[in-house]
Amino acid sequence: MPDPRTPLRWRALAVQALLILALAALAYLAASNAAQKLARQGIVAGFGFLGRPAGFDIGQSLIPYAAATATYLDAFLVGLLNTLLVSGLAIGIATGLGFAVGIARRAENPLLRAFAAAYVELFRNLPLLLQLLVWYVAVRVALPPASDPAALGQAAFLSQRGLFLPRPDFWGSAAAVPLAFGIGLAAVWLLVQARGRAVALGKKPGPVLSLSALLCLGLPALAWIGLALAGHPVPVAWPVRGPYDIEGGLAVRPEFAALLIGLSTYSAAFIAEIVRAGLDSVAQGQREAAAALSLSRAQALRLVVLPQAMRVIVPPLTSQYLNITKNSSLAVLIGYPDLVHVFMGTVLNQTNQAVEVVSLTMAVYLTLSLVTALVMNRYNARVAGSRA
Amino acid sequence: MRVVRPQAALPPKAALPPKAALLLGLALLVPLPASAEPAPAERTLAQVKARGHLVCGVSPGVAGFSVPDGQGRWTGLDVDFCRALAAAIFDDPQAVRFIPQSSAARFTALQSGEIDVLARNTTWTLSRDTAAMNFPAITFYDGQGFLVRKSLGITAVKGLDRATICLQQGTTTELNLADWFRTRGLTYRVVTFANSEQTLGAYESGRCDAYSTDQSSLYGERLKTAHPDEHVILEEAISKEPFAPGVRQGDDQWRDLVAWTHYAMLDAEEAGIGQANVARMRDDAPSPDVRRILGLEGAYGERLGLTADWVFRIVRHVGNYGDSFARNLGDATPLKIPRGRNALWNQGGLQYGPPIR
Amino acid sequence: MNPDTMNPDKRFVRESMIPPAPPPRRISGPLARIRATLFPDLANGLVTLAILAALVWLVPAAFRFLVVEAVWTGASGEACRPEVVGHPVGACWAFIGDKINYLAYGSYPTAERWRPNLFFGLLAFGVAWMLWLGAPKRTWGAVYLFLVVPVLAYVLLAGAPALGLVSVATALWGGLLVTVVVSGVGIVAALPLGILLALGRRSDWPVVRILCIGFIEFWRGVPLITVLFMANVMLPLFLPGDLTVDRLVRPLVGIALFASAYMAEVVRGGLQAIPAGQRQAALALGLTPFQATRAVVLPQALKIVVPGIVNTLIGLFKDTTLVAIVGLADFVRVLEAARADPRWSAPAVPVTAYVFAALFYFAVCFGMARYAGFIERRLAAGAVR
Repeated sequence: MPDPRTPLRWRALAVQALLILALAALAYLAASNAAQKLARQGIVAGFGFLGRPAGFDIGQSLIPYAAATATYLDAFLVGLLNTLLVSGLAIGIATGLGFAVGIARRAENPLLRAFAAAYVELFRNLPLLLQLLVWYVAVRVALPPASDPAALGQAAFLSQRGLFLPRPDFWGSAAAVPLAFGIGLAAVWLLVQARGRAVALGKKPGPVLSLSALLCLGLPALAWIGLALAGHPVPVAWPVRGPYDIEGGLAVRPEFAALLIGLSTYSAAFIAEIVRAGLDSVAQGQREAAAALSLSRAQALRLVVLPQAMRVIVPPLTSQYLNITKNSSLAVLIGYPDLVHVFMGTVLNQTNQAVEVVSLTMAVYLTLSLVTALVMNRYNARVAGSRA
Repeated sequence: MRVVRPQAALPPKAALPPKAALLLGLALLVPLPASAEPAPAERTLAQVKARGHLVCGVSPGVAGFSVPDGQGRWTGLDVDFCRALAAAIFDDPQAVRFIPQSSAARFTALQSGEIDVLARNTTWTLSRDTAAMNFPAITFYDGQGFLVRKSLGITAVKGLDRATICLQQGTTTELNLADWFRTRGLTYRVVTFANSEQTLGAYESGRCDAYSTDQSSLYGERLKTAHPDEHVILEEAISKEPFAPGVRQGDDQWRDLVAWTHYAMLDAEEAGIGQANVARMRDDAPSPDVRRILGLEGAYGERLGLTADWVFRIVRHVGNYGDSFARNLGDATPLKIPRGRNALWNQGGLQYGPPIR
Repeated sequence: MNPDTMNPDKRFVRESMIPPAPPPRRISGPLARIRATLFPDLANGLVTLAILAALVWLVPAAFRFLVVEAVWTGASGEACRPEVVGHPVGACWAFIGDKINYLAYGSYPTAERWRPNLFFGLLAFGVAWMLWLGAPKRTWGAVYLFLVVPVLAYVLLAGAPALGLVSVATALWGGLLVTVVVSGVGIVAALPLGILLALGRRSDWPVVRILCIGFIEFWRGVPLITVLFMANVMLPLFLPGDLTVDRLVRPLVGIALFASAYMAEVVRGGLQAIPAGQRQAALALGLTPFQATRAVVLPQALKIVVPGIVNTLIGLFKDTTLVAIVGLADFVRVLEAARADPRWSAPAVPVTAYVFAALFYFAVCFGMARYAGFIERRLAAGAVR
């Protein structure tokens, strides 16, 4: 809306122009200072350093990484993937736990309510960093020493060095197994759609949960067995005892476990509060109406209350998911090689490319924030839209 | 040519006062009036003398090298070096102010004139020497080593093939380790942490088989374990880490003074002049060597801008290199660092003081 | 109206009576009440039993650990070793007692410790003034807390040789002192900045609005650690010449910027809650836009965001622990260093350290959260009236 007092308009323009000028001057000054200092330190600005050999090792990696051949870009990718892995899993676990605790806070059972409230207050009011430290110590203390791991036959081992499991290798013909899993997922999606239509038509829907499980687990199992019968068994790397440690196989390290547990339990406390607020936002009459329709409490919650509560829950839940992603950077403290640990720690120290490293790392988090926000906004639009 | 801020115009501490700098930062770095007058750098000694005390950048706390006690009194090998400088200049080992420096800020602190000399376990490398500063003399020969449990029964680093090694990130430690194992065709697994408490905690709890960092620090870290006698530091080092004090480039007089302060402490030890016997030795100097060192013959101290009795002052107040080593690092201390590479050249070590002649 | 219900195919009409449900069980008397709430069905009963079992196990164990088997006096870790004491050892409070000064002041020189003490006192006075809603002259309290205390604190803690106060290098500060200074500076700098940003975000001037939105969303989109790293390595680069920034100040700048973005969003919530009519009425009375904002909108908005501000403060207080990662000796870092003291090496010591830290942070954060809740209820009560 244009300001009716037009004479003042030129002033607004002038002030804004001045502001831009001042900021530009400031940016120029900072940039020239930085350029001067970098030149003095003999540092070449730009992202060319990403192609240089890294030369250091990383403890945990989702992609093949060897100090001999890896570049700084590889190190960056390793860190990024580790960040995505731990935040993705933590988002899943924290959501489940958070919903359970949030619903428990409105349970009929007063003991359960108090228990859930105590959980929320305890985890919410302690610094995450402290919780991670405690979890990391706790994980190490609870597990047997590396010299004497707990073993499940020769297949799985558990010690302070981690949980070691057999790792199937899904390259080549073995790719049929994950493919079968994908087909199973697609089938489940179709099933859910069909079920929605059936309910809308007033027909009695068939069993979904058991059928879904059968599809998602049965198809890959069939593929596995089929491959074995066809003479192309899925290759499996088994963990074996080495001189110091269990070697080979799939290793879940204690740093990862501690970070995942700490991040999930901490964030679950916040999600629980969001869920509780969401449940409170649904009018009491809705539950009463559901009860009058002879729905059980669980059914009322699942079919009547939660869908309506989701409208209130989703927006703050989005920012919680962003927080989990951002908080995963505390990994640096307990030795999990996430993006900040690898890139802002080791790479920055070795290359001294402060401007590039810091801006690239920040750009990654901003992008993650943006993507999460976009995805959740679309979901939110769907949830909010279904009310019409 | 780099612009050096005029030293005399600066207070002893050139860092902005916290609040002022905060405001500065909040205003998104408002341009400061840049004082651009290039002052000749070879003024450090004159400034120090005018100021009445030396300002020495040290590490915020490495056992045996520089540690403050509860009263803020500093001790250690690096601290002794600063005190020796102060003794040579002022005949007063207390005429020195210590400013703890983080590893990130140390070079800027030196360049900005915040400190006169950087006596902090800084490794002398070519890039540092050419970029930022000069390294007059090597005061301690260090190398990257390994702390392991005695029960492992390892004597050489080779024995750590396929082991898990805990590291503190952010130094060349990670590169040295990777290079060393790779060139020998050995493998290892690494867990890196942001600070030393976590690194030691992980090692001690059994998460790692070895803890790797500079040997000089490992002795201090071993002391922090619950049972120090159950751990051992491997003798072998996988890197060269010569620790040297740093001075600004372009001030030859100051650079000479810093270098010769160290050499004087070595020469005194070699000539058998120690804190205990220095007064007796001066009154009854046995050889021309000793007479030259103690300033009874020739005018060597004057050439450095000091007085003739400069070495006498150093040894009387601080002692020779061996005295300082024994007091801060040696067997009499809990650290029990062997003299090793840091023994005098004629006793199988690398410490070699050019003659005072 | 859902079109589905209009569709005859989808309509559902029950044709037979369903059997009546049994009457609800009579609930009267304490026993029946317990039964109805705690054991209404099998699942709930199991949950109740599980929680009761956990309580029966947990509460006495905690009490034993914290009080009965705790060691209260001793000069070294020996006093907290079970083999020396002769019974299982719980918390080693002797360790905390021995280190309490270190935990409070870090390496701050002993002779000068009255200065942090005075600072804590001044701060506590100001905070109490602001928190007690019935206190006299609360405006002056704000001036005191946001202007007088910071200046006094700087002079007191850093030292002013002209006034006879010895300079104390920030490298010696530590423990509670650093935690309080970092969160204090964070909130004192973030509140005014946040208000400016929130106003800017609602500005009619597109340049100001876009700049403020960009600023706020940028800081909210990145983790605090990256901000601290940035402040640590990039701030010195941007400054002219050989200026250096004190190593305590660098993270402070980062935290202030970071917190101001969150504060801006809190304040914006308050501004949005003030009906537009307020501003229009102020303008109609002949107030300039600036006057309208300062005298009418902002006071009302700030009043309702007090709980939000306190919540931001809680977050900030917890986040200050991150400065340990860039090398500052905050409370957690000092505690970690203290428990690494070989003189106090005993199995009970690390546990005690963490329990103590947990109790400390919980007491502060829970207390603040309760206060925010109290204000919120009070405001709600006012709104109802």
